[in-house]
Amino acid sequence: MSSVRVLVGTRKGAFVLTSDGKREHWDVNGPHFGGWEIYHLKGSPADPNRLYASQSGGWFGQLIQVSNDAGKTWEPAGNEFAYDGVPGAHQWYDGTPHPWEFKRVWHLEPSLTDPDTVYAGVEDAALFRTNDAGRTWQELSGLRGHGSGPHWQPGAGGLCLHTILLDPGDPKRIFIAISAAGAFRTDDGGTTWRPINRGLKSESIPDPNAEVGHCVHRIALHASRPNVLFMQKHWDVMRSDDAGDSWHEVSGNLPSDFGFPIDVHAHEPETIYVVPIKSDSEHYPPDGKLRVYRSRTGGNEWEALTKGLPQQDCYVNVLRDAMAVDSLDSCGVYFGTSGGQVYASADAGDTWGPIVQNLPPVCSVEVQTLP
Amino acid sequence: MIRVELPAHLRALAHVEGEVRLDVERQATQRAVLDALEARYPVLRGTIRDHVTQERRPYVRFFACQQDLSHEQPDAPLPDAVAAGTEPFLVVGAMAGG
Repeated sequence: MSSVRVLVGTRKGAFVLTSDGKREHWDVNGPHFGGWEIYHLKGSPADPNRLYASQSGGWFGQLIQVSNDAGKTWEPAGNEFAYDGVPGAHQWYDGTPHPWEFKRVWHLEPSLTDPDTVYAGVEDAALFRTNDAGRTWQELSGLRGHGSGPHWQPGAGGLCLHTILLDPGDPKRIFIAISAAGAFRTDDGGTTWRPINRGLKSESIPDPNAEVGHCVHRIALHASRPNVLFMQKHWDVMRSDDAGDSWHEVSGNLPSDFGFPIDVHAHEPETIYVVPIKSDSEHYPPDGKLRVYRSRTGGNEWEALTKGLPQQDCYVNVLRDAMAVDSLDSCGVYFGTSGGQVYASADAGDTWGPIVQNLPPVCSVEVQTLP
Repeated sequence: MIRVELPAHLRALAHVEGEVRLDVERQATQRAVLDALEARYPVLRGTIRDHVTQERRPYVRFFACQQDLSHEQPDAPLPDAVAAGTEPFLVVGAMAGG
């Protein structure tokens, strides 16, 4: 019988939640790395028992942990993320130059085919890759060297590369997103990159239609149609039908088009999910109601999913890496909150319930569907 | 023999309990002690000093003999009592947790 493993990164450790395919009863294992911030952990699609975790803290910096037994035991891997060449400068919040400084790993994206290959998105924004299971990391410096780096500026969380999408149909194509620079694409395995932000409009930068400088919060794709991208921007939910060459807005009837995560149903490439947040200065749901919004039309027409979610006095946030789907039939949807709840829906969002309710603030949620 | 006390998170990373005792063959300085510590416990590389610059991480401090040695030069001799092993060299996480 199929089963599900939910990997949860929190401000104070990692947790592994497991259930059978019914997704009714859950075992909670953790905390792993208690007291450390776990920005992200994710399993290898090529070897589901191989997990990678980003462990960091203000005192002792960045570590990478690797498990070969689905999170039962962990071993530290390499933690040296050295920028290639002279790091240079990006913009600080006030527009002045600020030197590139490594701070932490936001996102780990294991290769679709090789369990030893992993991409790491870091702050200050850059993309690294390991081909030896995390022992050594090399920067794919063509991204920072694209030429627009001096115009990148940090979002509220820092200048972070937070999203890495590997094209399942083309191993040389990778999409990434940076707050606040925008989305970028490589078609040659990471050697050269170009910004893919045409159609984005951001009022908080001097030129709202600039090539870079947009605060992209998250992008998502469905494996069957990797040229169709969905984006939750700082404000605006966007869609591209040409691999990011152009974007158009699909916020439609959302109560707010500010938010962080966006994800795609495992079996319906036109069904997408967002969690509207009231505003960039408030970071909680409109009207104190925690609502996931689902569009079955690839955007524009949205329905509120509320059954089982708190509909009064709820003021939590859902961060960009804290939503994921499983590939069971029917599709499960999961998200974690800044209040420490992890909610699950085993029916594509129609009904929800908490798996756990009192974890530390949730940074990330990933799901593995196991045979 | 130099005695080093690590904070709890770093003891857990290195899988050690209590003090670490190191043989430092050259003059006892911060750099010599940390080099020896990282050589024995490679997992600690990057957690106390920056990988590239080798500078002390901002929220790490070094104490010994009731003195704050955090701002001493890395190659300055440590106090005689540390070099002799009668007092420990303390690696401390800065008091920044609220």
